[in-house]
Parts: sequence; structure tokens; C-alpha cells
Amino acid sequence: MVKLGVKDLAISYGNETILEGVNFDIQEHEIFGIIGPANAGKTSFLKAVNRMDLFNTDMQVDGDITFNGVNVQKVRNVYGLRRRIGVVFPLPVGLPLSIYDNVALAPRLAGQKDRAELDVIVERCLTRAALWDEVKDRLNSLGSMLSGGQQQRLTIARALSQDPELLMLDEFSIAVDPVTTMRIEDVLKELRDELTIILVTNLVQQARRLADRTAFFLGGRCVEVGVTEDLFTGEVKDTRTRDYVDGRFG
Amino acid sequence: MFETTSINKKNITQQKLVRIGLGTMTGILILPVALILGTLIYKGAPMISFEFLFTGPTKGMTAGGIFPALLGTVLLVLVALLASVPLGVAAAIYLSEYAPDNWFTRSINLAIINLAGVPSIVHALFGVGAFVIFFGFGTSILAASLTLAIMTLPVVIVATRESLQAVPMSFREACWNMGATRWQTIRRVVLPNAVTGILTGVILEVSRTAGETAPIMFTGAAFFLPLLPQGVLDQTMALSLHLFVVSTQVPNMPEQLPFGVALVLISMVLLMNSLSIALRMYLRGKKKW
Repeated sequence: MVKLGVKDLAISYGNETILEGVNFDIQEHEIFGIIGPANAGKTSFLKAVNRMDLFNTDMQVDGDITFNGVNVQKVRNVYGLRRRIGVVFPLPVGLPLSIYDNVALAPRLAGQKDRAELDVIVERCLTRAALWDEVKDRLNSLGSMLSGGQQQRLTIARALSQDPELLMLDEFSIAVDPVTTMRIEDVLKELRDELTIILVTNLVQQARRLADRTAFFLGGRCVEVGVTEDLFTGEVKDTRTRDYVDGRFG
Repeated sequence: MFETTSINKKNITQQKLVRIGLGTMTGILILPVALILGTLIYKGAPMISFEFLFTGPTKGMTAGGIFPALLGTVLLVLVALLASVPLGVAAAIYLSEYAPDNWFTRSINLAIINLAGVPSIVHALFGVGAFVIFFGFGTSILAASLTLAIMTLPVVIVATRESLQAVPMSFREACWNMGATRWQTIRRVVLPNAVTGILTGVILEVSRTAGETAPIMFTGAAFFLPLLPQGVLDQTMALSLHLFVVSTQVPNMPEQLPFGVALVLISMVLLMNSLSIALRMYLRGKKKW
């Protein structure tokens, strides 16, 4: 089943087009990688999926993005849409709340008040984000005081607390040490059974390790979409794809 | 390897001179403050007593205390705060969190900054026209407080807006991405982290309000009243106006009395300011990111 459909997508800020001609379908329970150098339009793509264009009057989105078959540009309840989509940013954002409150925030925003229910959600999400063992004795200390790697796992736990159908990670490992990165990657592999994941990454090897299929963005174009391994070893449509994954530019 | 070259020497001399120069300027800055405070304490402190603070003036104001003026100032400040804080904070939240960044918003911001530059006597005359006459409050605590409120609104708005904008954008985005509405984001994440700055602004407003004379002169503060005000529609005495009166308007005034009044007024203001600094230091220690 197609989870996220993208058709003729174009994104511009003012007069400047920063992404155009994007077409692909992301299947349910797939890890879909997006690789490409800076300014390729990767982050803007994620923003368009999540309707963050509403917070930026300059941002213009054309074409169709469908989530569960529904055009996101036509969704009236954008809050409901965003709740089904978890987002993790490049730099961890530990909100200045307790660890518990960080993870309980999304359920609370959605109206969950029952403390016992929240306890269950908090423990489950922190466990899945591989953070529970490190913080279970100090759930009341500040989330923003954790180390960078812990904060990033906290951010992932927070995204999971929304119980999302789609999880979008934007270069999540930029501020995380290699060991933690590996732990998070293991978590992502397990999550594949439950949800769909879009993994934007600067590390082509990370895409190779995790992504079932990968799209290569370059200079505001989606140059290539294919089975990840094909980008590295198989046929490619565009030679620049092979050059990029082999590290010859970028 | 570490020989001093002539260029090093020049840089080091320059650095010393700049340091001395800047230090001297700072010293000159402190001088008037020290002199004012010193004189006030030296001449005014003997006046301060329980009776001075808690009884009314007697013998044509040349003796007795300042209680009606002290109480009046407290009342004026309180009522002014009740009007300006909700209004100012609400406006600042709108301007910072909701208003689109266009020429209209920018001109509103400009207008607010300009409002802070309007001379207080102009505010006073506006207060007479608007509150005393048009709204029919008469010369009263209400009219005077509202005039003070309008005058100090920019302080509250600017302080609130700046503390809201000091909350990192990434916090808001994280919240929005979770499906929070703007208001949920403001209430749960932005306001709790901005409240210290807002409080500081409010306290600064208090100290400014307490000292103003012109805006209350024509709108609600009286030269002398035999009775304490019974409600917000009564006139009141106020410390700032009282100081003006006892220093210039009353013959045969004992020399020390105005210094006593001034000392009380300035202590109130300094107390508020130090409270604000203490609060800021305490809360900065608890800063969460």
C-alpha cells in the first residue's frame, strides 16, 4: 500500500524554486532514504509533507503529496495530520521540560490526561528509543540537560509518543556519537514493522544500511529513485548518482 | 620565540589606554548616582521613622508624615498594573507569535517604540482629555492610573516581546510538528520560558510608574487631602507630587522633610529594581536550556 505519494512536487520560496519535479511513492513499512548534498531540497520536502509551509508565508508548495491517499494540501485538520507524522530534527530539541513531560507532551496535547496511561506511553517510547535504562531513575530531571546523544533519543521517543504512522528523520545522527547512532539505527530497523520511515541523511552508508529504497536529490531535483543497493552496485539512470554515493563529489 | 616586537608593544600600550579610558568613563557615570544617594541618605535618613511613614501631614504639611502619599503611590501603581499588564502582555503575544511579518505589523511595532518616546506631559494632557473628561472619570485614581498605564505600556510590550523571542524557534517547531496549535505551543512551551523576562519588564514598569509626576498631576493626584481615598474614583496624594509640593510650594518647610520624602520614593524604586535583578539572577540559575 502506498503510504505517501508524491506527484510533480515543486517547492519555492518567493521567486526561488528550490525543489521541483519530484515523483515517487513510499510504501507502507518501508524505510525510504533521501540522500543528497546540502541545498538539495531534502528538508523542505519534509516540511511540505508536514504542512510546515503554513508557518512560512514565503513557502509555496505545488503538486500533490498524498498521505494515506489524502492530499495533504487539502487536509482541513492539519493538527491531526501532523500528529500522525513524527519528525526528528538534525539537532536534538530537548524541550525545557522534564524527561517525562517531554515524552508525555504529544499525548497530552491530544487530550490524554490519565496518569497511568501516560506512564505506560512514556516507558514504552523511551524503551523503544533505547533511552529508558539511562533515564528511568530521573524522569523528573530536565530533558534539555541530557547529553546531545541522549537528547536525540529523547526527541525520537517524543516523536514515537505521537504514535505516528510515518516517522521522518532529518539527518538525525549529525550530533550523535557513532555508538548511539548504531543503537538508533537498530531501533529504526525494528520500527519498520510498525510504521513507515523517511530517512534523510548525509551519510550514504547510513542509507545503504537502512533504506529499502533511496532517492537522490541534487540541486533541487530528484535525480534518481531506486532500490538502495542498486544505487551502489546496480544500474543507475544518472551517472551523478554513482559519483555521489562513491564520494566523488558532494 | 616570544620576543616582544614593536607592534606587540604598541598593541599592549593601546590596550592599557583603552582600558583606563573606559574605566574612567564608567567612574564618571557612577558619580552622580553616588552623590544623589549619599545626599539623600545623609539629609533624609534622620526623618525616617514609623510615624513619618504611617501618619498624615500636619501643620500645613510642614510636619507629620507622608502616609497618604505613600498609600496613594501604591494604589496608583497597582491600578496602573492591573490595566497595563494584561493589555501589554496580550498585545506582545499577538505581535510576537501571531502577527504576520508585514509592513502593518512593522508599523505597529514602530508606533509602540514611539509611544515610549512621547513626553510624559503629553501623556498627561491626553489623560485629561480622554479619561478625566471624555470617559467622565473626573480627576481620580482611575484616570491617573490609566494615564500611567498608557505611558508604561511600551515597557511591558517590549519586555514581553523580547522575552518571547528569546525562546528558541526550534522549541516552537518541535511543538508544531507534534500537531500542537499555536496557542498550545505558546501556553505549554513559550510562555513558561518567557515568564522571567516578562516579570522583569513588569517590575521595571512599576519603578517607572512610581516616580512619574506629570501624568498624574492633572489627572488624579492632589496637592493635599485631609482624608484617605475611599475608592478608585477619589483623588489621592502621591509621593512624587508630594515631593514637588513640599520642596517648592510650601513656605517655612523644614529643610530635611523633602529629603525624607525623596529618600522614601527612591528607596521604593531601588527596592523594586533590586527585586527585579534578584529575580532575574535566581531564574537565570534555573535556566533550562
